[in-house]
Amino acid sequence: MKIAVCVKRVPDMDVRFRIGSDNTSVDETGLKFDINDFDAWAVEAALQLRDKNAGSEVTAISLGPDVVQETIRKALSMGADKGIQLKTDKIPFDSLTIARTLAEELKPGGYDLILFGKISPDSSNGVVGPMTAELLGVPCVTAISSLEIANGKGSAKRELEGAQEFVEFSLPAVLTVDEGLNTARYPSLKGIMAAKKKPLEVKPVQLSDPQVRVRKLELPPDRKAGRIIGEGAAAVPELVKLLQTEAKVL
Amino acid sequence: MANVFAFVESRGADVRKVGLEAVTAARQLADKSGGGEVHALVIGGQGIAAKASSLGQYGADVIIVVENDALSNYSPEVATATAVARIKSGGYRAAIFSTTAQGRDLAPRVAARLGVSVVTDALSVDVEGDLLVVRHPMNIGKVIATLEISGSPAVIAMRPNVVSPTQNPKAGRVESAQPAIDPASVRVKVTETRQGAGGKLDLAEAPVVVAGGRGLKAKENFKLVEDLASAFGNAAVGATRAVTDDGWRPHSDQIGQTGRLVSPELYVAVGISGAVQHLAGMRTSKTIVAVNKDKDAPIFKVADYGIVGDVFEVIPALTDAVREAKKHH
Repeated sequence: MKIAVCVKRVPDMDVRFRIGSDNTSVDETGLKFDINDFDAWAVEAALQLRDKNAGSEVTAISLGPDVVQETIRKALSMGADKGIQLKTDKIPFDSLTIARTLAEELKPGGYDLILFGKISPDSSNGVVGPMTAELLGVPCVTAISSLEIANGKGSAKRELEGAQEFVEFSLPAVLTVDEGLNTARYPSLKGIMAAKKKPLEVKPVQLSDPQVRVRKLELPPDRKAGRIIGEGAAAVPELVKLLQTEAKVL
Repeated sequence: MANVFAFVESRGADVRKVGLEAVTAARQLADKSGGGEVHALVIGGQGIAAKASSLGQYGADVIIVVENDALSNYSPEVATATAVARIKSGGYRAAIFSTTAQGRDLAPRVAARLGVSVVTDALSVDVEGDLLVVRHPMNIGKVIATLEISGSPAVIAMRPNVVSPTQNPKAGRVESAQPAIDPASVRVKVTETRQGAGGKLDLAEAPVVVAGGRGLKAKENFKLVEDLASAFGNAAVGATRAVTDDGWRPHSDQIGQTGRLVSPELYVAVGISGAVQHLAGMRTSKTIVAVNKDKDAPIFKVADYGIVGDVFEVIPALTDAVREAKKHH
């Protein structure tokens, strides 16, 4: 099987973000970056399929400036066979622009499976996978939490709100990966060493004009400070009263 | 003046509440752009037409109903082709979807086929001349972006619960339509939609969410959370990532950065410490209640009403009190 995994470099979310002086970007000073968690699960899924299907190959693809090479190397150190950087000045917000560029790269690649994480936490839009699938004209299943591939066909499970959906699909296909599909492996020391020697091709690309632009970024208003109304079951009558008279939700 | 398209989600033979929200959002947008029509598309199995006719009450001028036995489960390819065909022929200013598992799947497919971009998880939509201006949370809700969409139609998926379904009666003329492609010809087929345990309410839609964390100590103690939810009567049950990772609850119940984002009227956190990853999924809830034995737990920083105490003592008392309060309504 020929498998592509599209990966994104994202900042660690466990910080207080600052808005950059242009008001349209996040100040990256001091932020730590790594591969998007959902994309790491997509890489893991690809590696597991490769190891079950002799002669398979996994290609990790990332769009962005040279710093995304770290993210590609991370996928290579987990075990992906080769990498491709679609080189741009920055990672645009507009999802169509990104999907078009990826589709152009993927189309002639002859991939049986193209995997994405279901969403990245930074732009939080979660659409590049299915958009790319439509541009390629191949079947797509989003947000999968289980996966079986056999005889050129696949089956998967999707988590809905309060329900689960069971899906069958034909290959080639685009899949986006949800939490629960697997646990991503940590790169071994051997994997990290090997990754340095694996091929990473850099391809400069032109992005199409965006249809979505960031006008401004802001920090959300702080929630009003929390309030502890009491201790133990004795505080329950007061809570119920507040829910009825102040919050008006009961 | 411009017409607006709304995609109304269904499950089985029922219109979902997020579908009413989509129609309401489309109505508001049409009114803001000078009073165009709202055309709502509903796709579902036998019986959906009867449910769809009420959409006129929420501001739909035209209700396009595709009722077909083969479509009681969501079919991504039929829904995409049918929505695209209608949007192309209708000359719409915008197409409104919902940010749910289904909407997140459908909206980007439709947009890509139309050659336009898409913004999901929209908190608000405004019209400024040729632009639509959308507020959209980024970085797990720690940054709010104001985005300008110049493509037309603008494809936008609304976050559930940010628009309340609002009565605004319009003609609601029902047109029945055929699927744009043969439902038997698809390459992606949903073979089954399995409802969660006990017909529980949908996390994306429920006005009240009761969620449990590690403080419950064991899987079987989740009954406390379920009992409280059932006392409210309009509550869905959620969980933290630690709990879903341990298999106490299915992953679909997880609220947080990698799970569901919810913003109910009332969020009750039971034995939840309030890790950043969890707060990301619920901090926009209108009222937050927290019960935790550790007075320094971060959840108390965001809780409007906190009770420091043992969940095994406080939650049964709260369940009784809520049941009692509901009785007098």
